[in-house]
Amino acid sequence: MSILINERTRVIVQGFTGDKATFHATEMIHYGTNVVGGVTPGKGSQKHLDRPVFDTVKDAVAATGAEASLAFVPPPYAADALMEAADAGLRLVCIITDGIPAQDMMRVKRYLMRYPKEKRTMVVGPNCAGIISPGKAMLGIMPGHIYKRGNVGIVSRSGTLGYEAAAQMTALGIGVSTSVGIGGDPINGSSFLDHMALFEQDPETRAVVMIGEIGGSQEAEASQWIKEHMTKPVIGYVAGLTAPKGRRMGHAGAIISAEGDTAAEKAAIMESYGLYVAPSAAELGSTVARALASL
Amino acid sequence: MDIHEYQAKELLAGFGVPVPRGSVAYSPDQAVYVATELGGWHWAVKAQIHAGGRGKAGGIKLCRTYGEVAQAAKEMLGRKLVTHQTGPEGKVVQRLYVEVAEPYEREIYLGFVLDRRAQRIRVVASSQGGMEIEEIAKANPDSLRQVQVEPAVGLQPFQARELAFGLGLNIKQVSRAVTAIMGCYRAFRDLDATMVEINPLVVTKDNRVLALDAKMSFDDNALFRRPKVTEMRDPSQEDPREVQANQHGLNYVGLAGDIGCIINGAGLAMATMDMIKYAGGEPANFLDVGGGASPERVAEAFRLVLSDKNVKAILVNIFAGINRCDWVAQGVVQAARDLKVPLIVRLAGTNVAAGQKIVEESGLPIISANTLAEAAEKAVAAARGKAA
Repeated sequence: MSILINERTRVIVQGFTGDKATFHATEMIHYGTNVVGGVTPGKGSQKHLDRPVFDTVKDAVAATGAEASLAFVPPPYAADALMEAADAGLRLVCIITDGIPAQDMMRVKRYLMRYPKEKRTMVVGPNCAGIISPGKAMLGIMPGHIYKRGNVGIVSRSGTLGYEAAAQMTALGIGVSTSVGIGGDPINGSSFLDHMALFEQDPETRAVVMIGEIGGSQEAEASQWIKEHMTKPVIGYVAGLTAPKGRRMGHAGAIISAEGDTAAEKAAIMESYGLYVAPSAAELGSTVARALASL
Repeated sequence: MDIHEYQAKELLAGFGVPVPRGSVAYSPDQAVYVATELGGWHWAVKAQIHAGGRGKAGGIKLCRTYGEVAQAAKEMLGRKLVTHQTGPEGKVVQRLYVEVAEPYEREIYLGFVLDRRAQRIRVVASSQGGMEIEEIAKANPDSLRQVQVEPAVGLQPFQARELAFGLGLNIKQVSRAVTAIMGCYRAFRDLDATMVEINPLVVTKDNRVLALDAKMSFDDNALFRRPKVTEMRDPSQEDPREVQANQHGLNYVGLAGDIGCIINGAGLAMATMDMIKYAGGEPANFLDVGGGASPERVAEAFRLVLSDKNVKAILVNIFAGINRCDWVAQGVVQAARDLKVPLIVRLAGTNVAAGQKIVEESGLPIISANTLAEAAEKAVAAARGKAA
């Protein structure tokens, strides 16, 4: 088991024939991901990377039975692509694109509410590195070789900080069940809490790492849920202790603008809800080891 | 992206929000000319900077004669205005806004924000205008009225009416306040704003409402479809290094420390800065070189970091995913040729061994580190060594 994706998950790539999508789709196929085709409007009935290209997501779903998609669609068209995927009934869409207007994501989130919860598409991202279930499948742009298969889940707003955690864990012999990048934007498709709930249900996952940063209240909401509902230990870390107030630190969502937005406040909240808080990013791996030793 | 008060008023007026008559001026003569053109008996001369708190800092003057207008303009133009929002370095006043000052009876607060938690636009109003929203929330939280906007249909007039009646306005005032509220909302939605703040929205003796001040911020991610807003950018109000970084597709934020940082990924960049602090040092900047750390981008990153004269050491921390360490290492070695400060390099991820080999064989005095902790400690030690 793992969450969201495994070696059987039938995946399509939206924006399939673009340069970046081609590069990463090739990497995903090499990793063992079951890529069954892709979508580029106007290129239907062509072949790309030995797989069929479709004009619409609905066509792709009808022909391949696709369940999940990786979207490599430029910002102006990204919201449209997400709604198309939701309407075609995909269970999961992971969107890598950085630079999507916040109000577009607001409309996408509202659009998803049209569907009953059990049929609602899970959106991961935008502005993220993607999802990997090591040894099984990869839906994203991460370097697959740094991940070892195992029993710890990772959820991170930052891509490279997620890599850092995985590499430190691999060095200590600790593997990953699934790593999810929820992205650095102010409005995410899915939150820490959404994935925490999935990891709690996953029998293969024994502990979860939550890597947050300044801005927003997601870390606090997830921490409270963890205290109330989660049986597995959670390791927390928040980047941005040295970030000045009111300045955007690279990610559109990484800005201290309200109470509770700072790294220190978030780490204190995590601590108060009983998470194992890593004092620095260099101690992510060792804190995971400490949490696992308590089991 | 932020814009000036006069620009925000111009945009909002286009959406039917009532604003006092006024015009922009770049010199004392022009300020007087504007005042004569506007007519009236009193004028407000207002320094245009991208920060609040201007009134207390001497950036807003009420003038009764043309002589006073000229004097106020002379005092403000070219001056560095330091308010509690600008930081100690202040912001230079290069433009003034001269507007007709009218007596008013009440001050109202009206704000529109993107509520991340609710993932909707939120409207906040208070009868206690003129104070900052944080102060209102502390001193008089009961005066706050809020509504959330359903994204599928937008703000509805009944919601604006509820806010207006909640502020204790009479029926004549309510209908005008509704026009102002709906106009601000449409401007927020149609121009991809992230914040619209009217503080204060004033009510005059004859039951009119006027936006006496206006602040707008915009979603940088949406500027591609807002050319009119993009044209309003005033680089003189931004850190020149950040402007330069932007032109090269880099993200840079200047800080007060002495260890320059070049890192890929925003999260890793923040974590590395925290690590430097944890090791007893102070970061000089945030800099994300992005996913494809090409030699050109790395070279530009070095130039930016070195333009800060406080920098005593540079820490490069790259976790290569798509980009390979050997490729990044080549860029670093090239950029480091004539470097006068110690350089600490930590590479991890794809092709790390090949990358480290390039660094070692470069013959340059580059300090290598294997882990994040080691990199931060070595950078702090190197910066201290230089300082001693």
